[in-house]
Amino acid sequence: MSKRIVGVIALAVGLLCVSSPALAHHGTSVFDMKNPVTMKASVTEWDWYNPHCLLQFDAKNEGGQVVHWIAETQNPAEMLTLGWAKASFKPGDQVTVTLVPAKNGKPFGRITLVVLSNGKTFITSKEGFSLKESDGPQPDKSSKY
Amino acid sequence: MPYRLKILLIALAAVPALAAPGFSQDARPRQAAPHENGNSAAASAPVHDISGTWVPANGPAAGIQAFGVSAVPNDGKPEHELPYTPYGLETYKSHRPLTGHEETTPTLTNDPRNKCEPLGFPRVDFYNLRQTQILQNPYKVAVLYEYAQAWRVIWTDGRTLPKLVDGGVLIGKEIREPRFYGYSVGKWVDDTTLVVQTVGTMPEDRVWLDLTGRPISDQVRVEERFHRVNRDRMELTVTIDDPKMYTKPWIAMNKFPLNLADPHMDVTEMYCSPMEIEKYNQLFGGPASANDGNEPAK
Repeated sequence: MSKRIVGVIALAVGLLCVSSPALAHHGTSVFDMKNPVTMKASVTEWDWYNPHCLLQFDAKNEGGQVVHWIAETQNPAEMLTLGWAKASFKPGDQVTVTLVPAKNGKPFGRITLVVLSNGKTFITSKEGFSLKESDGPQPDKSSKY
Repeated sequence: MPYRLKILLIALAAVPALAAPGFSQDARPRQAAPHENGNSAAASAPVHDISGTWVPANGPAAGIQAFGVSAVPNDGKPEHELPYTPYGLETYKSHRPLTGHEETTPTLTNDPRNKCEPLGFPRVDFYNLRQTQILQNPYKVAVLYEYAQAWRVIWTDGRTLPKLVDGGVLIGKEIREPRFYGYSVGKWVDDTTLVVQTVGTMPEDRVWLDLTGRPISDQVRVEERFHRVNRDRMELTVTIDDPKMYTKPWIAMNKFPLNLADPHMDVTEMYCSPMEIEKYNQLFGGPASANDGNEPAK
């Protein structure tokens, strides 16, 4: 893992510890906000729809078994401003995902960070994140036709 | 110091300053040389003109108002308890919101928003107030909200505010139906402040006040003050006067700051789709929040 990716993940985890994300659709009671996890995964589906986009992926657990995860982001309008797009992921993409997992122990979570194998980085909140420090999302430049 | 440790320390040191309420302004292209902090160096406000595309100055989270109206968040603090009437409190207790002090889970909520019902007024000011386009001519001001492509018209042609009567509002000798976005009349009280009164909205079984389930009724009279501080900054103050739900008028939004965006900015489509909400709840909302016994996780 590159130094830059390590730095980005460290920043994302640090932010999680001290700030609560502003959610448009629901609260945070179902997520274990204090214990984010990071895993390497293979994308199986990227659902670009409201009220929240869903990234589906397979990742191996500690026992080596493949587990199918579904994790949400914000809504498409919000994600556009953060540099995400409908075409950001395709099945088979190798990614490193950081998320806060569901409290019920099932493989669901809320994404804070996704890093593609080429280093492209996607964050789910601009809160406290300096865009100049990453190779990843830049402000939406497509606001004009 | 190892590189990784250095990065982590820098990140953690930066967090308190960076995690202040709201986050950095959307860095989309703007009009020439806007002054984002509303300081005196900004160009003066035009007279009787609030047109433009406006975005929350403190970032999208400020406009989402996930924890209720911005001036009085629903966080359980005594100072944020609203002056409910008995009926208002009863109505509030019947709501099962997804955020706030009485938070429930996506499969248990009865928020009409989740069925893509119109937000209605004044909730449209208090939930997902994002990129907001204001168009005006000498007769009216049109407000185009990003969320659910809702819009409303504020008349500035000198007409009087309709009178609230049983079954709707009285306009001339005609009783007109309640509307989700009511009947609005605006008046310029000085060169840069438009005061808008709205009545004739929908009853409490159709609309909520905010995302946390606070109630609002068809007896409400809402006052909005759009004050353009300078060319690039506007402040919105909203007062709720609903004797059916609250014992006295109260301020729900207090000088909420909005920044003028580039006039070329293409506002993002933000729709509500029952089909997509159903799919979301089926794939994620339900299973992520339920324990094996199908009870919501606590």
